[in-house]
Amino acid sequence: MSARTAPLWQFRQPSVLPGFGLALGVTLTWLVLIILIPLSGLAWRSSALGWATFLELATDQRTINALRISFGTALAAALVNVVFGVILAWVLVRYRFPGKRLVDAMVDLPFALPTAVAGIALTTLYAPNGWIGSLLSPLGIKIAFTPLGIVFALVFVGLPFVVRTVQPIMEEIDKEVEEAAATLGANRFQTIRRVLLPGLAPAVLTGFALAFARGVGEYGSVIFIAGNLPYVSEIAPLLIVIRLEEFNYPAATAIAAVMLMISFAMLLIINMIQAWSRRRYGYGA
Amino acid sequence: MAHEAVSNTGSGNTELVRVATSESRLARYGLIGLALGFVALFLVLPLAAVFTEAMRNGPGEFLTVLSDPETFAAIRLTLLVAGIAVPLNLVFGIAAAWAIAKFEFRGKAFLTTLIDLPFSVSPVISGLVFVLLFGSHSLAGPFLQSHGIQILFAVPGIVLATVFVTFPFVARELIPLMQEQGTSDEEAALSLGASGWQTFWYVTLPNIKWGLLYGVLLCNARAMGEFGAVSVVSGHIRGLTNTMPLQVEILYNEYNFVAAFAVATLLALLALVTLVLKSLLEMKYSEQIAASRRH
Repeated sequence: MSARTAPLWQFRQPSVLPGFGLALGVTLTWLVLIILIPLSGLAWRSSALGWATFLELATDQRTINALRISFGTALAAALVNVVFGVILAWVLVRYRFPGKRLVDAMVDLPFALPTAVAGIALTTLYAPNGWIGSLLSPLGIKIAFTPLGIVFALVFVGLPFVVRTVQPIMEEIDKEVEEAAATLGANRFQTIRRVLLPGLAPAVLTGFALAFARGVGEYGSVIFIAGNLPYVSEIAPLLIVIRLEEFNYPAATAIAAVMLMISFAMLLIINMIQAWSRRRYGYGA
Repeated sequence: MAHEAVSNTGSGNTELVRVATSESRLARYGLIGLALGFVALFLVLPLAAVFTEAMRNGPGEFLTVLSDPETFAAIRLTLLVAGIAVPLNLVFGIAAAWAIAKFEFRGKAFLTTLIDLPFSVSPVISGLVFVLLFGSHSLAGPFLQSHGIQILFAVPGIVLATVFVTFPFVARELIPLMQEQGTSDEEAALSLGASGWQTFWYVTLPNIKWGLLYGVLLCNARAMGEFGAVSVVSGHIRGLTNTMPLQVEILYNEYNFVAAFAVATLLALLALVTLVLKSLLEMKYSEQIAASRRH
């Protein structure tokens, strides 16, 4: 190898393993056919609308409200999941209690349970005549068929994202760090707030981003519990479905394009914050 | 508690050591209570609701619903769709992981990002892209119509949407696992005279089989349970293009709650079986699966 001069630009480093061409070929073909062509179809159709039409469709009041509801409830749910997800991960990593294995396994339930099933189950619980809803309605609290119901459904779907990204990083924390903090005179609260949490920040942020992205696009679990009142509790994915059923393809395309653009922009920003915070603090990065 | 025993250094100074690297008993119990309450409220109760509501009018009605021909057709369609989508993404996942984990090439990070793309796209949009591609207004629409090829509102559309949604699952599990295992085992096999396929079958595959199974499990759960994407492309034709999740929706919207929850029970059982198998795999083969969890 050393006898030959290395080429200036090389697509791949030499390897004795066979099958690179075949594997990459299968991967790229499948990727292009299933993901890239359909997605670029969406991009092409929305650019074919023309800027004026696109803007008009995207700034329709019902569309704007639906987008605001989708992104707002997803944000609220992701924040709830960050708080409880970190507590849950902490409890699972640090403490021992009966049934811990079971709780750990249950955390993945939202990954495994079909969203439609989650939707009707949560509605049954939180409807005004439901298991929990009937206890709350005398107090004047309504959850199902309000935006709050949407948040509850999104908390359900998003929970494992936060727990499963934070948990493995928590397991890696060296006890010495905490011991050092304690020897230097920090109390437990200070150690957690100033030493442990900053190190967990990149993982927490990843979990937040995943839960948020999932919540923005979520459809199945939300439509049953939301009440779907236009302008009030109608999420953007539902509005896409409604426009499709009206054969209003331009409007459906425009809403989808706006959703994707906002989601990608937010993920990009979060990635940048993450890269920064990984440089600044960070375990296992 | 065992927790304190861990920090107990054997001297009389147990209390001091415990305070330094753990929380007070009160804080611990408070946090455990909070976490368990949250899990009960958001995870256990919904699951309990599914089974209770399905059995509301006794097991007789539950069984009647399940023997309904429409339910039966929905079950068959769900199994068919998963039976096509999962193997397709299994082959793709192995190919992608082989290329990405075993070789160094330009644009690898970008390729990995593209594979993860379906995770950040709403299921409804995943369905919409196929409506735009194959609908009667699309470029392909007139051609398909004149040749009598039905993709939307038929099984091919449902399969395509499902493949799109479950695209990353297997690849995502395998890539970090195979990256961690490196290439030395394969190099040894090749240097001993094994062919490429032999190396893959007898060296690589046994190394990754549990991680592979793990990915297939998650892929299958999503394929059988997918709702949004399938709902957009299916057309909701009863007995023909209704998968089980769609059947749940239709029954529920007809206020036929017991029937809706009866079908939902089957899906919930699928979820429970998935969780049990997943936990077993994590317990027995933790070192293999942990690799993918760390990334």
